[in-house]
Amino acid sequence: MTLKDIALRNLRRRKAKAAFVLAGLLIAVSTAVGLLGLIEAMNRDIQLKLEEYGANILILPKTENLSLTYGGLSLGGVSFEMQEIRQADLGRVKSIKNAANVAAMGPTVLGTVEVNDRKVLLAGVDFQAVKILKPWWKVGGTVPSEYDVLLGAEAARILNLNAGDYLKINGSKLQVSGVLAPTGSQDDQLVFTPLGTAQSLLNKQGLVSMVEVAALCNACPIEAMVSQISRALPSTKVMAIQQVVQGRMETLAHFKKFSYGISLVLVLVGSLVVLVTMMGSVRERTAEIGIFRAMGFRRSHVMQIVLMEAGILSALAGIMGYLVGFGTTKAALPFFTGSNGMEVIFDPILAAGAFAVAVIMGLASSIYPALLAARIDPADALRAL
Amino acid sequence: MSYIRAEHLTKQYGSGDAAVMAIRGMSFEIQMGEFVAVMGESGSGKSTLLSVLGALNTPTAGNYVVDGLEVYDLGQDQRADFRREFLGFVFQSFHLVTYLTILENVMLPLATVKMSSKKKRALAEDALLLVGLNGKSHRLPGQISGGEQERVAIARAIVNEPPLLLADEPSGNLDTKTSREVMDLLQTLNEEGMTIVMVTHSPECAGYARRMLRISDGVLVEDIPLNGKDRYLECWSNGAVE
Repeated sequence: MTLKDIALRNLRRRKAKAAFVLAGLLIAVSTAVGLLGLIEAMNRDIQLKLEEYGANILILPKTENLSLTYGGLSLGGVSFEMQEIRQADLGRVKSIKNAANVAAMGPTVLGTVEVNDRKVLLAGVDFQAVKILKPWWKVGGTVPSEYDVLLGAEAARILNLNAGDYLKINGSKLQVSGVLAPTGSQDDQLVFTPLGTAQSLLNKQGLVSMVEVAALCNACPIEAMVSQISRALPSTKVMAIQQVVQGRMETLAHFKKFSYGISLVLVLVGSLVVLVTMMGSVRERTAEIGIFRAMGFRRSHVMQIVLMEAGILSALAGIMGYLVGFGTTKAALPFFTGSNGMEVIFDPILAAGAFAVAVIMGLASSIYPALLAARIDPADALRAL
Repeated sequence: MSYIRAEHLTKQYGSGDAAVMAIRGMSFEIQMGEFVAVMGESGSGKSTLLSVLGALNTPTAGNYVVDGLEVYDLGQDQRADFRREFLGFVFQSFHLVTYLTILENVMLPLATVKMSSKKKRALAEDALLLVGLNGKSHRLPGQISGGEQERVAIARAIVNEPPLLLADEPSGNLDTKTSREVMDLLQTLNEEGMTIVMVTHSPECAGYARRMLRISDGVLVEDIPLNGKDRYLECWSNGAVE
């Protein structure tokens, strides 16, 4: 028979009260775990998306003119001079400080050509880089080899061409190797060939119109990379495509703050539940505590019994709260985010945190009831019997 | 030198007009191995005296010395240690802890003692054997009779082998036969050397003691020697004590 045995026996006897304290702590812990787990899952998802986003840095020729297009609408067929980028210069990007973060670099040459008496935009691209830069591309047919073309969905429709058909560009006969599934982007309007073929057809050997760069961006310094590339290629304009992601991250940061707030409120409410229940329990046990004291239990022994009971319940609530919160997040995630394969993974730090918060919360809320129990005057307690 | 010495013990509850003097300047001495009965009407101060002797109730004035130790000069923790090492309590309504088994109830005073569980269990089983309850150690208090509960309370009071046993109306809730058995048990313990101070209303029970302190209105009015069990038996057969 030890103080721990007394605490355990009492918990077993007062099952309803123990269950109430457990429920108070469990709801607080599991909700906090659920909310924080959800945020973590969404955060991971955004970072994953960021990596799958394709190009997130654009290298364009520097120009002193303003764009005359708005919302995809080109005004007045105005053309302006633009100095193209020299393909040979792109090698310098490999020497920047964060070169390791560059997953792919896709140079593109653009130019207008005539096909079946219609003017179309020809894009010469590096199809190896495109696989990383535009992972959403679905090609009906095959990726073009040197004398083949790939048509955007809209271009194929307007030009009335299918895979296997032939077309002529600037006197060269080329075969349509495939048609791109609609992407909803400007790519639908274009005719694609390998970079070298387009440079030769457009008479722009060694030149590129723009370069798309995919940087592995899980916490990589995208702004720093932009300035490093700018320094390496001073005659170009380098831009980061990150507004959308930044917006989502900001929303998530707000949601995170809100969740911390909700968790704090729940922890306070849970603590109050523990405080009130433990005080009630101590008052119910006045006589019993009087007997303990008469038998030579010190005040600290009485406090130990109360705190041990709270500690046992809190530890249980910490473990169960994490498991319930984890399960709830897993079950609720599809409702919040749609079924896009977002995953909740076991987070040892969150688990340890949930356990620690539950134990600290339970013990802190039980200090006053424990003091109350320790201060019970044994003479008064026994006189009341 | 006396084992217990009470000098001018006074206990007042409340203050001003609401003040109640439960004990008024009570002085007496008790020798080691004595069996003392404290008698008096309801409200005379018997239970207050017992709680003062039990180091549970600080007197308003006076000294209380046990084995040379000024009990109320001790701090709270030392007083708790004194209760654990020097005293055994037997309460009128048994006051067993309902959710602990008989054996666990008896082991309760040992809960804060550094001792192996095996040793604690052995001591508790010995105490239960002494009170004749060794076969029911795993029952709960609610599953045994009142007399048996009183025996458990006595076993619990003696498990740590205290030199002084304080009993408050130990037969107050028992029938005549069970009451006699309990008193026999207390007498046996006294004969084995335990000092006993027992508060009782019952002259029959008081007859077991070797000395009686009679209290009236918080004042010790009579301190007389008794003849022990012979006198009790005489009283029992006549139905009264002189």
